Amino acid sequence: MNQRLASEIVSLSLEHLWLVLIAVGIAALLTVPAAIALTRRAGLRRWMLGFANVVQTIPSLALFGFLLPLPFIGGIGQHTAIIALCLYALLPILRNTLVGILGVDAAVRESAVAMGMTRNQVLWHVELPLAVPAILAGLRIATVATIGTATIAAAIGAGGLGVFIFRGIATVDTTTILAGAVPAAVMALAADEGLEWIEKRLSRA
Amino acid sequence: MTSADSSAVVLEIRDLSCRIGERWILRDINLEVRAGEAVVLLGRSGCGKTTLLKCVNGLIEPAGGEIRFQGKSDAEWDPIRLRRQMGYVIQEGGLFPHWTVSANVGLVPKLENWEPAAIEERVRLLLDMVGLPPAEFGPRYPRQLSGGQKQRVGIARALAADPPLLLLDEPFAALDPITRLELQKQFLSLRSTVGKAALFVTHDVREALMLATRIVLLKDGVIEVIAEPAHFLAARTEEARAFLAGLDEDWRRQNESAPGQ
Repeated sequence: MNQRLASEIVSLSLEHLWLVLIAVGIAALLTVPAAIALTRRAGLRRWMLGFANVVQTIPSLALFGFLLPLPFIGGIGQHTAIIALCLYALLPILRNTLVGILGVDAAVRESAVAMGMTRNQVLWHVELPLAVPAILAGLRIATVATIGTATIAAAIGAGGLGVFIFRGIATVDTTTILAGAVPAAVMALAADEGLEWIEKRLSRA
Repeated sequence: MTSADSSAVVLEIRDLSCRIGERWILRDINLEVRAGEAVVLLGRSGCGKTTLLKCVNGLIEPAGGEIRFQGKSDAEWDPIRLRRQMGYVIQEGGLFPHWTVSANVGLVPKLENWEPAAIEERVRLLLDMVGLPPAEFGPRYPRQLSGGQKQRVGIARALAADPPLLLLDEPFAALDPITRLELQKQFLSLRSTVGKAALFVTHDVREALMLATRIVLLKDGVIEVIAEPAHFLAARTEEARAFLAGLDEDWRRQNESAPGQ
């Protein structure tokens, strides 16, 4: 393998990883607190889940295309891609956080309240710790899916491993396509395993 | 337990009514619970006994009437403070699965900002009291306990901050018969040592006869009978007879000859 290709794989992989981390990070920072707030509002919760569901059904290439002409958030480059990837990461994080908190055993929640815990104490000491495995599972799904989707971000000039894939398609060169697809697959598998490991460790504690 | 304590009214329920939507769950409930008493609320599923317990605890807001706890009405109590003065035990235990047994038992003392050393001391004492050696059981998690052990921890947790009143919602209903009997006996011996007032919900007439100082029979949200166990055996209302019909003849003979046991 020539030196240039190898160094390009490394730099595009890092760029790819960066896109994913920023997108999932922002999505998590926005979504986890929002989901916590939504546990107390059943009506709004349905709307938000509906919105996240609809976003999920938009084909990724189309979503990138939709965002391109928008002022401020659109345009060629990484920020547009990050916004789109954030939108895709919403659903798994939102849904899993909600499931984790709302799924806490009713008897546990009832006795927490009945023993004189305040609402915040119930949230911080009971609901959230018990929801951690579910929230992490949501982050894991979001991360793995985002690693895949981010390959398409190259279509709007955001870089990442998709650069190889689009170049390979344009030049009908399988090796170049694989230079993008294989590292992306490895990254997805590694993220899946790594986050699963963390999940298991935390839920055992 | 002094005689002055035993006459002190801990809980006073006046003309309490409660409804969920259009349906009345409780109507015109009048009841006093004194220190040292074990008042058992007996009734079928859906008779309102659990709702009554939740009203006392402030988990459900009554539609009318008054609940006075330690001389203060429910309107004057801050619900959080009120709940910390009442131990609460439910059927499934409701232990926090991510906390050790010690942490579970020390919950209310911790909420009340006790010194860590005092909490530790108290937890040890209580685990001993409910028959779980603290060194062995303190560091365990609830999933490492049997059903009976969980309920023991639940009772220890309820007693932790030394509340004047215990609320127990079918605490032994999910246990096998042998463990249930063990815990019922333990409850009796605990009551004679700690002498707290208890409001105990059950649908099991034997349990009521065994544990109660007074039995309150609820039917469709109304109190039908209030009687000491010995007198309850002679109650003639339809619902009381329906419950009593379930007792074995020999058990009955045994207990009629020695009322109040």
